[in-house]
Amino acid sequence: MKSAVIVYPGINRERDLARALELVTGTAPYMVWHDDAEIPDVDLIAVPGGFSYGDYLRCGAIAGQARITADLKKKAAKGVRVFGVCNGFQILTEIGLLPGALLRNAHLKFVCKEVKLEVANSRTAFTNAYTQGQIIRCPVAHHDGNYFADEGTIRKLEDEHRVVFRYAEGTNPNGSINDIAGIINEKGNVLGMMPHPENLVEPLHGGLDGRGIFESLLETVA
Amino acid sequence: MIPNEIEITPELVAEHGLKPDEYQRILDLIGRTPTLTELGIFSAMWNEHCSYKSSKKWLRTLPTKGPRVLQGPGENAGVVDIGDGEAVVFKMESHNHPSYIEPYQGAATGVGGILRDVFTMGARPIAAMNALRFGAPTHERTRHIVSGVVAGIGGYGNSFGVPTVGGEVNFDPSYNGNCLVNAFAAGLADTDKIFLSEAKGVGMPIVYLGSKTGRDGIHGATMASAEFDDDSEEKRPTVQIGDPFGEKLLLEACLELMATGAVIAIQDMGAAGLTCSAVEMGAKGNLGVELDLDKVPCREEGMTAYEMMLSESQERMLMVLHPEKQAEAEAVFRKWDLDFAVVGKTTDDLRFRIFRHGDLMGDLPIKELGDEAPEYDRPWVETKPPAPLDPESVPAPNDLGAVLLKLLGSPDMCSRRWVWEQYDHLVQGNTVVRPGSDAAVVRVKDSNKGLAFSLDVTPRYCTADPVQGGKQAVAECWRNITASGAEPLAVTDNLNFGNPEKPEIMGQFVGCIKGIGEACEALAFPVVSGNVSLYNETNGQAIMPTPAIGGVGLIPDLGKIATTAFKGEGEAIYVIGETLGHLGQSVYLRDIEGRREGPAPHVDLGAEKRHGDFVRSLIRSARVTAVHDVSDGGLLIALAEMAMAGGIGAALEAQTDLPLHAWGFGEDQARYIVTIAEAGAGDLEKDAEKTGIPLTRLGRTGGRELTLSGQLTISLDKLAQAHEGWFPAYMAAPDTNA
Repeated sequence: MKSAVIVYPGINRERDLARALELVTGTAPYMVWHDDAEIPDVDLIAVPGGFSYGDYLRCGAIAGQARITADLKKKAAKGVRVFGVCNGFQILTEIGLLPGALLRNAHLKFVCKEVKLEVANSRTAFTNAYTQGQIIRCPVAHHDGNYFADEGTIRKLEDEHRVVFRYAEGTNPNGSINDIAGIINEKGNVLGMMPHPENLVEPLHGGLDGRGIFESLLETVA
Repeated sequence: MIPNEIEITPELVAEHGLKPDEYQRILDLIGRTPTLTELGIFSAMWNEHCSYKSSKKWLRTLPTKGPRVLQGPGENAGVVDIGDGEAVVFKMESHNHPSYIEPYQGAATGVGGILRDVFTMGARPIAAMNALRFGAPTHERTRHIVSGVVAGIGGYGNSFGVPTVGGEVNFDPSYNGNCLVNAFAAGLADTDKIFLSEAKGVGMPIVYLGSKTGRDGIHGATMASAEFDDDSEEKRPTVQIGDPFGEKLLLEACLELMATGAVIAIQDMGAAGLTCSAVEMGAKGNLGVELDLDKVPCREEGMTAYEMMLSESQERMLMVLHPEKQAEAEAVFRKWDLDFAVVGKTTDDLRFRIFRHGDLMGDLPIKELGDEAPEYDRPWVETKPPAPLDPESVPAPNDLGAVLLKLLGSPDMCSRRWVWEQYDHLVQGNTVVRPGSDAAVVRVKDSNKGLAFSLDVTPRYCTADPVQGGKQAVAECWRNITASGAEPLAVTDNLNFGNPEKPEIMGQFVGCIKGIGEACEALAFPVVSGNVSLYNETNGQAIMPTPAIGGVGLIPDLGKIATTAFKGEGEAIYVIGETLGHLGQSVYLRDIEGRREGPAPHVDLGAEKRHGDFVRSLIRSARVTAVHDVSDGGLLIALAEMAMAGGIGAALEAQTDLPLHAWGFGEDQARYIVTIAEAGAGDLEKDAEKTGIPLTRLGRTGGRELTLSGQLTISLDKLAQAHEGWFPAYMAAPDTNA
């Protein structure tokens, strides 16, 4: 499986994501600079976490204006899989590949801890290695992870089973509506999530629960 | 002769923090009245913060060498060899005064400054920690300061992308008017690619990199070299504003630039900004420096030479570059959208010359600016040791269990989760042992090696007995690192004290240094970097002596480490080291009896070494399942922490003639608690006996309760409730003082 990780200034989990991809797929991803015109032909484009441009403005707002965005949108429209984590999720909502927005955490503080996630839809290309309703552990680390969308959008997401991950067992760390932790687009090729599965993929991390996403992708590509 | 734009009056000299005899020294040195810009430069170079004029004499006595030490004190950070061509680069530095005045930005820029110190040496930062000390929880400013400092540390470190993996938080009324924010950072570099600040070659371009210069932070270092009074709020403009995004760009650009081979010397602009960095690079290389301030990228218009030389704007670097690589270097910085400007050159005449609008604004001897700074052998008096504590005077509590719950839920002993959950402690994907254990452990990337980190000091011991307190700070740090399974390598120290012009305060400083030196020598734990923060006083009230020790250890095999959590049911629990029931200066005596009395516990460095080496060998041979050092609060607190961390209870027995509260809460040093499968317990007892290591059985793990035969029975849930409750409840309480 070939993959690419987009690097914006201020991003800081691009190495974590690249390492997880390499660990599971056996191939190191291309690291693509935000100011490039084109992303190489790959099976997966990953948009990593961090603080693009410092996120001094609305999270992801400036990254959305990057030169690479045009090609990212084009490839997503063509059906290339796109995976946004944390700041990456925020960027994907900012450029309209996913609906809704990530607001400031309800308690107004940055939060880094391990939460429980329910795999609310295991029939996606990103989650088929998990079982439906499986509860997994996963770390979060964000200041603006409070998922919000208007009532109609939420209803549509729920009706179409596009909420893929939900905070479980009372561990919602940010006040997200319906405990939403990750959603997928209508075509099923763009997934965004706030938690960091890339930080729980080897024994040294204290668990392997995050591997399922990368294994699912590998499975559906190969 | 340079014309004086402003008359230098005694008042102006005093405002610059210079004493009359120090000003006379300047006159003697340059043979004329300094210009205002020059006066500013002297005040920046000769203040306590930059010159170490009160502490230098004593710092020289610390052991700084060891077989693994590649760079000791004197550079931006210390460098220690960890094998395989790699080195750990680390330092700790205070940002106390600014954090009290403006908690968020003060703490944030403290983190920024220490990260810069580390990557200036060519190392990518891999871990950060913070030693924080706040006033009494009931003091009107404390909640505001805690909230701002923690948010500031998180705000900077999280965005920059360094995991904040550990630290300390304490509360005490002595910090009511002066909080302490000591920031630690460590990074990784190749041993053959360490960058230093010594300029080389005449006529080489001096290049300014990073963010633009503004008017923030002017006189920051001078502020940090004086006491506070009621008007300290007015010093808010001296606090700098942090830009973690700018720092992240600077990190990436610097590391990329260093890889091109263009860099001859590099120095970050920290305290006293452009002045300190330029003088240091020139003086170390026996070269003069000429700066044309018109070339310096500025954020604001109309800045004077004086303002530019004293600005402490953040995220800036000064470098000496190979002229033939200048274009390549500039391209790297343009790629990262950072300023790049040639602002001067090195010269062969050992003068520090500054031009603004074509006029010469300063012309000073560069070596003397640093070397001829005043140095004081300040008078000091030895701290009188407190009277011995009569154990009979400390009555047994009615309910041992209630005491345990009270201590576990007290401000100093409760869980720090509220703090470290605001820090990204996982970014970079190498965090092996997360906050809350004895030492944090971080993997050395792409290897099976790890580094252990811990920050420690017990200020109440240092107050009672500076020498023992200094020793204890080093010993506890060494123990925490040992308890993770690591080999302790070296330390950085952050020495926080009151006004050194008072002989009693100077006596505390001298005593602590003696203790630290002795312990570092005995434990082969050299000091490779550090920072001194004096004048932590407000209206004459000094902080407790607080020499924080930041230690680093090496784990050769991450498969063989230990954490504090109980791992299984039915395992034997032992304490290694002697339990003598020392209650002097203990948490028990202070928080239960309301007394700050008695001597600090004695630190037997020989026993520390023997017991620690024994514990490490047990971890490395995978014989023990959990390990925890015994410190504040004694055995029962340590056991409760192990039980809560593992979610497994224990049935304890006290084989002792001591009163149970002294046995349970005494703070004797050189102790560890270990657990081991029952099958291995007999061999452990034999080995301990053979090697003369004191070993006492404490009971067995299991169940959902902590019990001590007939004395207490507490459920894990109740323990956790007490332990986790205080911090969030305190921070959520409405502010009574606006």
